[in-house]
Amino acid sequence: MLEIKNLHAVVEGEDIEILKGVNLKVNAGEIHAIMGPNGSGKSTLSKVVSGHPEYEVTEGEILFNGEDITELDADERAHLGLFLAFQYPVEVPGITNRTLLREAYNTIARANDREELDPLEFEDYIESKLDVINMKDEFLNRSINTGFSGGEKKKNEIFQMAVLNPVLSFLDETDSGLDIDALKVVSEGVNKIANDENAIVMITHYQRLLNYIKPDFVHVMMDGRIIKSGDISLAEELEANGYDKMEKELALNGEAQ
Amino acid sequence: MSEEVKALESMIGEEYKYGFTTDVEYEEFPKGISEEIVRELSKRKNEPEWMTDFRVKAYHAWKEMEEPNWFNATYTKPDYENMLYYSAPKKKPQLDSMDDVDPNIRETYEKLGIPLEEQKMLAGVAVDAVFDSVSVFTSFKEKLAEAGVIFCSMSEAIQDHPELIKKYMASVVPVRDNYFSALNSAVFSDGSFCYIPKNTKCPMELSTYFRINNMNSGQFERTLIVAEEGSSVSYLEGCTAPMYDENQLHAAVVELVALDNADIKYSTIQNWYSGDENGKGGIYNFVTKRGICKGKNSKISWTQLETGSAVTLKYPSVILQGDNSIGEFYSVAVTTKMQQADTGTKMIHLGKNTKSTIISKGISAGRSQNSYRGEVKIGKKAHGSKNYSVCDSMLIGQECGAHTFPYISSENPSSSVEHEATTSRVGEEQIFYLMQRGISEQDAISMIINGFVKDVLKELPLEFAVEANKLLDVKLEGSVG
Repeated sequence: MLEIKNLHAVVEGEDIEILKGVNLKVNAGEIHAIMGPNGSGKSTLSKVVSGHPEYEVTEGEILFNGEDITELDADERAHLGLFLAFQYPVEVPGITNRTLLREAYNTIARANDREELDPLEFEDYIESKLDVINMKDEFLNRSINTGFSGGEKKKNEIFQMAVLNPVLSFLDETDSGLDIDALKVVSEGVNKIANDENAIVMITHYQRLLNYIKPDFVHVMMDGRIIKSGDISLAEELEANGYDKMEKELALNGEAQ
Repeated sequence: MSEEVKALESMIGEEYKYGFTTDVEYEEFPKGISEEIVRELSKRKNEPEWMTDFRVKAYHAWKEMEEPNWFNATYTKPDYENMLYYSAPKKKPQLDSMDDVDPNIRETYEKLGIPLEEQKMLAGVAVDAVFDSVSVFTSFKEKLAEAGVIFCSMSEAIQDHPELIKKYMASVVPVRDNYFSALNSAVFSDGSFCYIPKNTKCPMELSTYFRINNMNSGQFERTLIVAEEGSSVSYLEGCTAPMYDENQLHAAVVELVALDNADIKYSTIQNWYSGDENGKGGIYNFVTKRGICKGKNSKISWTQLETGSAVTLKYPSVILQGDNSIGEFYSVAVTTKMQQADTGTKMIHLGKNTKSTIISKGISAGRSQNSYRGEVKIGKKAHGSKNYSVCDSMLIGQECGAHTFPYISSENPSSSVEHEATTSRVGEEQIFYLMQRGISEQDAISMIINGFVKDVLKELPLEFAVEANKLLDVKLEGSVG
């Protein structure tokens, strides 16, 4: 589904390279976790894949279902079924969640020659998704993320994911800032959305999230590269020993080069 | 600068589409200002002596005054000696129906999308169209007359309703109030007069369209609205002008009087030509607008969408004299290119339990400067009065500025004043967020702007709100390439 080959990226207009040759392959039905310390480039990876204009790809390619999407705009990537749950969801005052989601849903439907939903049909559809994340009706009438608590913003991201039903979702530190109850709700939501036809890439600092959403693969990212991949035991190892130790070990073995 | 911001700025650079001129014959009048000019103007308008005297006194008052310069704007002062103080299309003696209006002028208003004719019937809006200095047509006069409503040009009102004009003109904005009101009092050319009798709900929305066509003419119109006890009226004002390299002065005076339990809603869409990329040309919009809630339980509400003019200095205000009276100010001011706007409101609380609300939204783009200046004053006797102000600014790009100057004074401890202000930037992050959800860049920008101004636009009458949205789209979104 997603194949990232030797991806290099810089901040637009600057020389500093943030991604230094990332390789990653994600298939339908899989859940991946990317872990790494601050500044390792894992959030940048999710932004570059979803088409953030602040970054420029200098080398490598991003293939999505065989198509090179490196040059596509963010909205065109969204039309293909790519979704990013933001680490810091942005506030847009004056526009309700409902309006945004109806616009987004119908724009994506149009781009894929699917039928759009009229306001009444959409109302039924969106209502049916509220349960995924235990959301109340009134949530739909609030301006996008405006005045939301940190937890509500994160929940809202997963709710949007449920409504837009993407093929591939990046969850950028969706667990950060959540208390244990909210973490459970959000995780259950993600588990309900996950199926054999879609894929999820979680980006996180902590192993805690992985107790609730079980990944098939765990990757460790450091200094702009994925330096190690494995199963859930890799996350446990990290939790026990920290990133420093792993980095040193890899350096000794020459793997980090 | 990122691609997004660039695209955004190019959209904002959308060309002014009302910049055409209309070929009409003008009545000749010498340039410059003097007592003789003022007298001549009054004579051409066939005015009674009391009016001529009013003008001449105002002229001498103006001569003694100094042009103010406390605004947060820099501009070359108007050349008052090189200005045309009267500019009227040569017209037929009497306009009985639309057919009598100069076809060129009619065409102009049609181009502007102003439905002067039959369509307007359906919308039920009465229109007074002011072309340069004179009112060219007032529609629906008869239907309004049935309800007892007077809606006519100021020139007619001076002839036909002198007692009302004598009583109310300059009662809210005194001649000497400020430099531009004094000038206007001396040379005002026309304008609209509207009188709603006791316990009458005006049967339709009233509207005036102002158009400056002649290159050297200043436009000095005067509007007076009087709402008697228990009456109500909604009034709409729209403005456009052609593109000229020279700056043109528009110095209007608008006065509103609301008596006991009366309600006046005054809405403006101002889209005067704003000058080019480098700030050449455009209208100086120096307008004095003020209403007085004279009676108890009366209400005055100003709603404005300001998108045009090179320089705007304008503070629609309310004097809350009657007990329990209400003043409201809802404003969206958009500046692009080199535009400068210094606009806001004054709410003067004098009566008991008076309430005022101020919602101001400024959007600045290009190299423009957008200032909010607002004064809330609570007098000694204004027990239990309340003010609530929100003043939000949005910046687009890196070279524009937004400024806020709130002045608050309260002499009554039982009253409360609340002021909130925010400044935000239409950021890449907001645009990216919406685009990530599948929405196109243009729609994303439009959504952000619409969300920002929603609280104000919802105050506009429906028909005007549609127009306002279109105007915002042209001004801030438009079509890219």
